[in-house]
Amino acid sequence: MFRIHEAQFIAPDVKRFRIEAPRIARKRQAGQFVILRIHEHGERIPLTIADSDVGEGTITIIVQGVGKTTHLLNRLEAGDAIQDVVGPLGQASEIELFGTVVVIGGGVGTAIAYPTAVALKQAGNVVIGIVGARTNKLLILEEEMRATTDVLYVMSDDGTVGEKGLVTTKLQQLIDEGRQIDRVLAIGPIPMMKAVADVSRELAIPTSVSLNPVMVDGTGMCGGCRVIVGGESRFACVDGPEFDAHQVDFEVLRQRNAIYRQREQHADAEFQRDPTKDLNAAHACRLTETGNG
Amino acid sequence: MAEPLPKKDRTKVPRQPMPEQDAQLRAHNFTEVNLGLDEAIATREAQRCLECTDPKCVQGCPVGVKIRDFVQLVVAGEYLRAAAKVREDNVLPAVTGRVCPQENQCEGACVLGKRLTSLAIGNLERFVADYERQTGQIGLPPQASPTGKKVAIIGSGPAGLSCAGDLVQRGHAVTVFEALHEIGGVLVYGIPEFRLPKQIVRDEVDVMRKMGVDFQTNVVVGKTVTIDELMVDEGYAAVFIATGAGLPAFLNVPGEHLAGVYSANEFLTRVNLMKAYDAAHYDSPIYDCQDKEVAVIGAGNTAMDAIRSALRLGARSAYVIYRRGETEIPARAEEVHHARDEGVQFKLLHNPVAFLGNDRGVLNAVRLTKMSLGEPDASGRRRPLPVAGSEFEMPIDVAIIAAGTGANPLVQSSTSDLKTNKWGYIVVDPATMQTSKPGVFAGGDIVSGSATVILAMGAGRTAAASIDQYLRES
Ligand SMILES: Cc1cc2nc3c(=O)[nH]c(=O)nc-3n(C[C@H](O)[C@H](O)[C@H](O)COP(=O)(O)OP(=O)(O)OC[C@H]3O[C@@H](n4cnc5c(N)ncnc54)[C@H](O)[C@@H]3O)c2cc1C
Ligand SMILES: Cc1cc2nc3c(=O)[nH]c(=O)nc-3n(C[C@H](O)[C@H](O)[C@H](O)COP(=O)(O)OP(=O)(O)OC[C@H]3O[C@@H](n4cnc5c(N)ncnc54)[C@H](O)[C@@H]3O)c2cc1C
Ligand code: FES
Repeated sequence: MFRIHEAQFIAPDVKRFRIEAPRIARKRQAGQFVILRIHEHGERIPLTIADSDVGEGTITIIVQGVGKTTHLLNRLEAGDAIQDVVGPLGQASEIELFGTVVVIGGGVGTAIAYPTAVALKQAGNVVIGIVGARTNKLLILEEEMRATTDVLYVMSDDGTVGEKGLVTTKLQQLIDEGRQIDRVLAIGPIPMMKAVADVSRELAIPTSVSLNPVMVDGTGMCGGCRVIVGGESRFACVDGPEFDAHQVDFEVLRQRNAIYRQREQHADAEFQRDPTKDLNAAHACRLTETGNG
Repeated sequence: MAEPLPKKDRTKVPRQPMPEQDAQLRAHNFTEVNLGLDEAIATREAQRCLECTDPKCVQGCPVGVKIRDFVQLVVAGEYLRAAAKVREDNVLPAVTGRVCPQENQCEGACVLGKRLTSLAIGNLERFVADYERQTGQIGLPPQASPTGKKVAIIGSGPAGLSCAGDLVQRGHAVTVFEALHEIGGVLVYGIPEFRLPKQIVRDEVDVMRKMGVDFQTNVVVGKTVTIDELMVDEGYAAVFIATGAGLPAFLNVPGEHLAGVYSANEFLTRVNLMKAYDAAHYDSPIYDCQDKEVAVIGAGNTAMDAIRSALRLGARSAYVIYRRGETEIPARAEEVHHARDEGVQFKLLHNPVAFLGNDRGVLNAVRLTKMSLGEPDASGRRRPLPVAGSEFEMPIDVAIIAAGTGANPLVQSSTSDLKTNKWGYIVVDPATMQTSKPGVFAGGDIVSGSATVILAMGAGRTAAASIDQYLRES
């Protein structure tokens, strides 16, 4: 049982949690993730470890509600508990002194990119941040990203915050201005990552993306998370989640992520209609925990 | 309680069949296929035993269960003592009675089988184990006084469980670390409910809890904590690695990334561990098999479990596609027989060369080639060879790949001084299960490659004995 110490919304439907998980807090490195299962009947979903506090024995996750499990999670509060949390999983981000690195985050991808941006900065890189959101309300972690980057560009689809335009517009602009860019990290929706890869491929700027296939165990046991990179099948949970953007087959990733779409939409609709059953199951976790003292 | 039959009459009693759920009915539910023997049938079956002075069955058992003795206790109606007799050598009798390939082991060696049919040893083992469980009288074996030594066991499959059981009996403090959220390894994530009810595994694990074994789920050793950290920082004096052979092999043919193509591990994990068959109560999805054409590639136990699960999920047609012939089928004979009764169709001497999909990346067919058998290969089996020009397409909606598994490198790559072979399996001294790293032992599928429940348990036992000795000497 993993107790939630703190929970607050940082944007509509995006919630930040601090969860007690001392072993994970001790070991985690930027780029790694956990898999959690909220209650006995729940599914296992992967979430990036945004931060950790070794002293407190907690990890931070930032969750965007997109379907049943994330919507349920985002209804939990401090004092609730999560049945299972396992990690840290996956390979850590490659952190070296590259020179100038552009870190691009789209939507909740910013939360996934943030810990790696921090580590890149600590390694002595010049970090240029580009964060994108559909509209001002959905922009997350602006303060945090500003504090960890040398320059931060904010882009929005509707111009309600920062500049109007796509993150790739900004990347292209930097390239056109002749900025020296040694590396790019892009994390966000699949079309965004693919667009970034297309821009940086022209100049052969090494680019990594963090892939988000559907996962089950997260230990290399099922192969459900397989992605195609450089024509080869790789397991994102153990070989990734970061890969060379110029080698990734984004179309296969998109298609595989749609496998359960119908079932997922149905489950989410049912949950939205009547969340009590799942909330009760989730709160049973809290009861068992206090019961055990 | 029955009288032993006169020896000459024993061969006149036919082998008692295992009562089973009707094939048509069971093909649509996940409840257990075999119903178990009642006392009358069990007694009648046990009376067939010839009580050989040199019982071949015992030699055929990888852990040397005292078969003749326990069977005679069944004849005498002493079921609990019979169960205790089995437990002397086998800590999971309710499991092995259901899943051991008896035809290659005890029953394969049984003298009765030479001219007639062998004694149904597996069914009798299951009978006494179930009797013991149902009467709630699983006897806790006596425990030695605490030694103050801590042992870490990595992985909670049959190898880890049997090692834990033995070590806790000898007074050591045992912690089992398991990556998944449930204890049992393949017994809970791989073998389906209709063949091995999960409650049986839970009951056995509860017995171990009562004996003081500490189970920690959600710990991936190599990620959450390393073996070196367990030994240096957390004070574990010895470690037993029992992580199984869980890495799924794919065929490396085109189209394996299509939606609808699964590894058997993923398919079975979704169905068993995540309970996808009970969609009304559990959230993990599985590809909709209702009225679909489903094929499994391979013909081992894993393949049978996967295809029979698909059938129960509503598949219209269920195929086993296997590149060798009938006699080479590696699954337990009973599973093949059950699968056929339930309507599974076998396409032997066929092999996929590609999976084909539509423009949305969804599987809709497999291209197969016919095969023929050539000269024996390294495994001693005749090598399957593609028949030129024999390729054809077969429409399918779901393909499940059960082409074997390999070693997961997570533990090996994160542990210093641990020797592995060229396939990544851990190298041990077979007499002691000692690895190249002092204090670290290993056994089960992570040493042998995919084998059987009973062999994994045997390895756990051997390791427990040498760990005990190691701890006493150190
Ligand atoms: C390594 C990794 C790290 C991740 N980190 C974060 C994170 O820090 N914060 C966060 O909010 N999300 C993260 N995700 C995505 C998150 O796991 C999914 O949003 C979640 O599984 C959706 O579950 P659900 O039941 O709420 O929605 P579902 O009903 O399962 O899905 C709703 C929608 O999301 C899509 N989807 C389903 N699974 C995934 C997935 N694994 N990745 C992306 N889209 C998916 C579906 O296609 C569907 O359109 C990460 C994913 C991976 C693989
Ligand atoms: C579908 C299927 C059906 C089978 N049917 C039969 C049958 O009918 N009869 C038979 O005799 N055999 C059968 N087998 C084979 C048998 O199940 C295995 O040989 C046996 O389970 C091996 O036991 P083990 O303890 O070595 O490993 P496993 O049972 O594989 O258990 C290993 C455990 O270690 C855990 N683990 C792995 N890595 C880590 C890590 N880094 N940290 C922590 N934990 C970890 C895993 O999650 C798993 O729980 C079947 C196998 C499968 C897959
Ligand atoms: S999630 Fe199962 S292998 Fe990656």
